[in-house]
Amino acid sequence: MNISDIKKQFPIFNNKIKNNDLVYLDSANSAQKPQGVINRVYDFYTKEFSNVGRSVHYLAVTATNLYENTRSSVQKYINAKDRNEIVFTKGATEAMNLIANTFGQKYLNEGDEVLITELEHHSNYVPWHFLRKSKKINIEFAEVNEDGEVTLDSIKKKITNKTKIIGITHLSNVTGAILPIKEIIGLAHSKGIPVLIDGCQSAPHLKLDMQDLDCDFYAISGHKMYGPTGVGILYAKKKWLEDLPPYQGGGGMIKEVKKQAISYADLPNKYEAGTMATAQVIAFNESIKFLEKIGIENIQNYEKELINYTVDTLKKNNSVKLIANPKNRGGVISFTMEGVHPHDIATILDEDGVAIRAGHHCCQILHEKLGIPATARVSIGIYNTKEDIDQLNSSINKCNKIFDLK
Amino acid sequence: MNLKELYQEIILDHGKNPRNLRKIDNHNKDAKGHNPLCGDSVHVYLKLNENKKIEDISFEGGGCAISMASASIMTDLIKDKEEFEVKEIVNDFLEMIKEKDDLKNNILSDDEKTKLMCFSGVKQYPMRVKCATLSWHTLTSAINNSQEIVNTEKN
Repeated sequence: MNISDIKKQFPIFNNKIKNNDLVYLDSANSAQKPQGVINRVYDFYTKEFSNVGRSVHYLAVTATNLYENTRSSVQKYINAKDRNEIVFTKGATEAMNLIANTFGQKYLNEGDEVLITELEHHSNYVPWHFLRKSKKINIEFAEVNEDGEVTLDSIKKKITNKTKIIGITHLSNVTGAILPIKEIIGLAHSKGIPVLIDGCQSAPHLKLDMQDLDCDFYAISGHKMYGPTGVGILYAKKKWLEDLPPYQGGGGMIKEVKKQAISYADLPNKYEAGTMATAQVIAFNESIKFLEKIGIENIQNYEKELINYTVDTLKKNNSVKLIANPKNRGGVISFTMEGVHPHDIATILDEDGVAIRAGHHCCQILHEKLGIPATARVSIGIYNTKEDIDQLNSSINKCNKIFDLK
Repeated sequence: MNLKELYQEIILDHGKNPRNLRKIDNHNKDAKGHNPLCGDSVHVYLKLNENKKIEDISFEGGGCAISMASASIMTDLIKDKEEFEVKEIVNDFLEMIKEKDDLKNNILSDDEKTKLMCFSGVKQYPMRVKCATLSWHTLTSAINNSQEIVNTEKN
């Protein structure tokens, strides 16, 4: 695997940012796009465009086939049992809202508990909060430890006989911790509790196997997987998709509509109301092909080495304080600097073409627990190199110079 | 070049050692401000006398160098001003930081205007304008006795 060949597939790196080469370390926020994905959007609109699943003309059939091909590719990529277990959404956020809404409607009542963790992104907390308001459910938080992890034990402690569903992240977008989700799912299932996994940060970087994990629901973000914005994947076990009510009503999701009664379409159309992000879903197939061509094992090995190099480099820099130390870490590394606020760090780094994120990363619960309002976050993608990390480190040292701390 | 314009010495000085960073115990007006995108927060306290003059002003909070320096310099310049003057200075500052080249008011001295003009470099960093304006919006809210927390995403 040659990283410089892979990087060449991403045209964004041909541009100069403020006269510097781009060092993009914000892939946890959104990843850059390979040429194949970009071309696919263009080609679809140029040569093949039509709406899917409705008309009988040539273009409609072509578009429908292309759209459904992505579904099959996703099914294969995450090893789902059935292609109808793949639902397209506008993003992982919508996937999680879909589950909170429909599961909540059918199975949650006053006094019931939803167990999430202190690591969760707002998209795996706020949708449950709506139910706290409308159905008077309670939300419990499994605690994060000082290394930035949520352990099987901390989940175990919070499970009660009122726990009706567990929602957890696979890989924290702040601490970088990879959670022992297979064990957590096993524990939950032994007590008859279904589990929703927020897979936003894991899907671009880790091998996914839905049948092996045995999770009930898994939410994936397309744009973090080098794909277009506007595409998300909800994986859900078929029994749940058949059992839960529809999420949105409209065209495409119905079987028969009468003045007195409506019946809903079969899976997966039941959950795909209205015209979907057709071009983006079709182009997302190119993201899967891109990842498959490199091979997820190769990606994991390469990124593991780069993550270790980043952690070592930042640990050696005395002005940097890493905010977590998870034993099993993905490509997300958050830090602070004594005397320089994360926003100032991000602005100074940006001047050198180094793109990172500063703020609370949509995890205010976690930052409150950490006692800091904001952190600077470095996150890596398949196009990053050790040279990028060296540039990051030298730009961090520039912060000290500007703030006159050394 | 741009970074030097943004992080001028006076901003770094006020950012590191903010003036008036305390709570006025016998304040008669106050307001909170919050930038939900980055978690910056500020609480402005005022002591307004019967002649509507700012007898004392202070703030509490945490944030980046730009937001801390802006709150610090603001409280320095606003002290002893009349309420109607404060409103004019606030508007003038907000216009300068968003589009105008200069400050137009005749209330501040040239030295004081020079201090405020240090923030003119923020214009080149649109994502950072909110850092510089948070305390100023919160000051307006305190004067108006608004109970609503200032939220930079609504401005």
